[in-house]
Amino acid sequence: MTRRTRVPVPLLVPAALGLVFLVLPLVGLLARTPWSTLPQRLAEPEVAMALRLSMLTSTLATLLCLVFGVPLAWMLARVEFPGRRLVRALITVPLVLPPVVGGIALLLALGRRGLVGSWLDENFGFSLPFTTAGVVVAEAFVALPFLVISVEGALRGADTRYEEAAATLGATRWISFTHVTLPLVAPGIAAGGVLCWARALGEFGATITFAGNFPGVTQTMPLAVYQTMESGDLEGAVVLSLILLAVSVTILAALRDRWLTTP
Amino acid sequence: MRLRAAALAALVLLSGCGSTSDDEATPAESGGVTGTVTVFAAASLTESFTTIGEQFEQKNPGTTVTFSFAGSSALATQINEGAPADVFASAAPKNMDAVTSAVTPTTFAKNQLVIAVAKGNPKGITGLAGLTGADLKVALCAEAVPCGAAAETATEAAGVTITPVTLEQDVKAALSKVKLGEVDASLVYRTDAKAAAADVDAVEFPESEKAINDYPIAVLKEAKNPVGAQAFVAYIGTDEAKAVLTEAGFQAP
Amino acid sequence: MTGHLVDARLQVRRGTFALDIALRIQPGETVALLGPNGAGKTTALRALAGLTPLSGGHLTVDGHDLDHPEKKTWVPPEQRPIGVVFQDYLLFPHLSARDNVAFGPRRHGVDRRTAHATADRWLERVGLADHGRRKPRQLSGGQAQRVALARALALDPALLLLDEPLAALDARTRLETRAELNRHLTAHPGAALLVTHDPLDALVLADRLVIVEDGRVVQEGDAATITARPRTDYVARLVGLNLYRGRGDGHTVEVAGGFALTTTDTVHGEAFVAFPPSAVALHPHRPDGSPRNTWSATLTDIQRHGDNLRVRLDGPINVAADITPAAAAHLELEPGRELWVAVKAAETRAYTA
Repeated sequence: MTRRTRVPVPLLVPAALGLVFLVLPLVGLLARTPWSTLPQRLAEPEVAMALRLSMLTSTLATLLCLVFGVPLAWMLARVEFPGRRLVRALITVPLVLPPVVGGIALLLALGRRGLVGSWLDENFGFSLPFTTAGVVVAEAFVALPFLVISVEGALRGADTRYEEAAATLGATRWISFTHVTLPLVAPGIAAGGVLCWARALGEFGATITFAGNFPGVTQTMPLAVYQTMESGDLEGAVVLSLILLAVSVTILAALRDRWLTTP
Repeated sequence: MRLRAAALAALVLLSGCGSTSDDEATPAESGGVTGTVTVFAAASLTESFTTIGEQFEQKNPGTTVTFSFAGSSALATQINEGAPADVFASAAPKNMDAVTSAVTPTTFAKNQLVIAVAKGNPKGITGLAGLTGADLKVALCAEAVPCGAAAETATEAAGVTITPVTLEQDVKAALSKVKLGEVDASLVYRTDAKAAAADVDAVEFPESEKAINDYPIAVLKEAKNPVGAQAFVAYIGTDEAKAVLTEAGFQAP
Repeated sequence: MTGHLVDARLQVRRGTFALDIALRIQPGETVALLGPNGAGKTTALRALAGLTPLSGGHLTVDGHDLDHPEKKTWVPPEQRPIGVVFQDYLLFPHLSARDNVAFGPRRHGVDRRTAHATADRWLERVGLADHGRRKPRQLSGGQAQRVALARALALDPALLLLDEPLAALDARTRLETRAELNRHLTAHPGAALLVTHDPLDALVLADRLVIVEDGRVVQEGDAATITARPRTDYVARLVGLNLYRGRGDGHTVEVAGGFALTTTDTVHGEAFVAFPPSAVALHPHRPDGSPRNTWSATLTDIQRHGDNLRVRLDGPINVAADITPAAAAHLELEPGRELWVAVKAAETRAYTA
């Protein structure tokens, strides 16, 4: 027999209300779903194209975030340097910045006339806006804080004495990072990566502002949903949302079983 | 004196007279216009309606006009989903028709497309045919939005095919891509190009005659403030409001 | 060259705490750094390993300067010929026992196959040949300790550091592990430094004891000397002796406030007098006869101590006495009771401070 824990009412009631609050809009979506036309909607090539683009860009954005975010998190967690508090505050900026403003900011920095973008354009004839790479950049910009914050948390929670032990065994700081620290905080990195991926997948404002909206190139699922709704096709928008939802929930559930459970 | 005359005109209109101007009207204290009038208006009306709204508020003390500017199709969807609007001003009849609760829409302005280019027209664009080059980046409105539909009609009339790099959700977004220099050209309304004259130049092209947008306005059935809504729609028909619209680059209907 | 494998003067300042101890260890020698909590033992160990830099002094191992602030010499931990067994072992939880042991050799450029062979050899030496594939969480405390030892020894360090190596073990495992550790330390050709607050570990495992209090060495020597002649209260308590400091004048040592203890040893000048609690006899009345040292005292505390009772008494000098439960019953012991204390001069030991 397992001992039953009595849940205090002051916790149970808000918890239940919170759940309802989260689930209710989902029920709203399901209620408006035109189930009969669902199969033919699914078969539309635009849907597959947007979905494929979304999966590709959010995965690439997550990889980008891992490459830059994990070292950044490590710096914040392990190295004392002047202005560390400021850097930490700066990293959270994309969290509070409205994504559309984030998109404008990206244009001003990386756009064809932007600070760095103009240099890229002049020297390499390359500009990010309106390209799939631009979508990846916009998504990474918005999702990076999620990764950095959770990985930094994991690093701070990890016992630094393991790194000391590695040092006494002849490991340089780099080796100790790759061979000891990374495996130790792997669950934290995985959790951060999933969060990052989910945020990138749902990204809309920065993407449409920075990368524009063109089917097959920059039109990800959220943009397709918006455009469908804009054209007055609410049912179509609902269907697209459901597809996005179903795919992401499936992937997250699969990852959760594989990565996010601690033994 | 003009101010008062315009206020009176509004009141007269409100009473159902239908006359757009009546200098002989006697001063009246109030026609019962109070509270907040919520106007959902196409993005291309942003500047002119903001000015007109301020005038309307001055003429009707105690009245506040709040605007929601966006792509006409988005506004239509919002209204159909129960957004609390009193008045809807669309950039195309199609979007007005989509709104089931619009009461007898009337056309109050016309708008036509121009090619918005960077200041000084560095790429030397002279017409629609100049937008087909592969090295040229063009932003168009999405087809669902009136400016997108108009662009489609115009390009068809010109017999050219433009491959845009992006399909923007409203005319302002398309214009801002030109302002920022991210694209070389965009098809926008003359009014929008005029409002942004500091940053962009407008290139007129003949085919735009084939794609002139009618701007309808209507009071909505569910209006919370029907009196205020009627008054605002009536005020759009006054000379003073027309002057603002003309100044912005709209044509009379 | 000094002939010592390790020659160090460890100076570390941190806030109000200052560590300043000199250490010399010969090849094959095991030194125990013994002291109360906060004495600076762990700081000393970290300074040796290179995990805390010295603020002064020097550290030379095998003729090489590893840390010498004045000369601006500092060798990082990964380049020091020093192995560490940490207090809670710090075995890498994601690696098997074998990979934990092979970790050091791998970092020193040994190929995977050779490193695994080395690891297997060491696991066999510590009696865990068939535990190589296990993860640390599948090992018992004693096994984890042995893997940690194997991991540190697999690099043949010139200096092996052990931080409270037995503290995390239960009493029975501790006994077995201590004996085995002793075997490995004896076999280790390099120097070894054991940091502990447990005198038994120090006495069993070390050839020489260095006692640290408040960042300073207070006493140094082999087990016999230190147990016989403690020089601080801490050491006296550690080895279970009553200890007093005073001025000697032949066979008497004047300790506190004119109170003198008689002893059979002869001392002059600054001196210590020590005697074990078992040498203290308690009487309800003033005893007659031979004992030269008798005084009246008040009982303050009674505690179980093995099969006996240890009582503490306040008087001209404070003293601890061990008595049998039978004697305790006879004396009707309770706190506040007035008793007479007698210590035979022949059971005291006096030596110059």
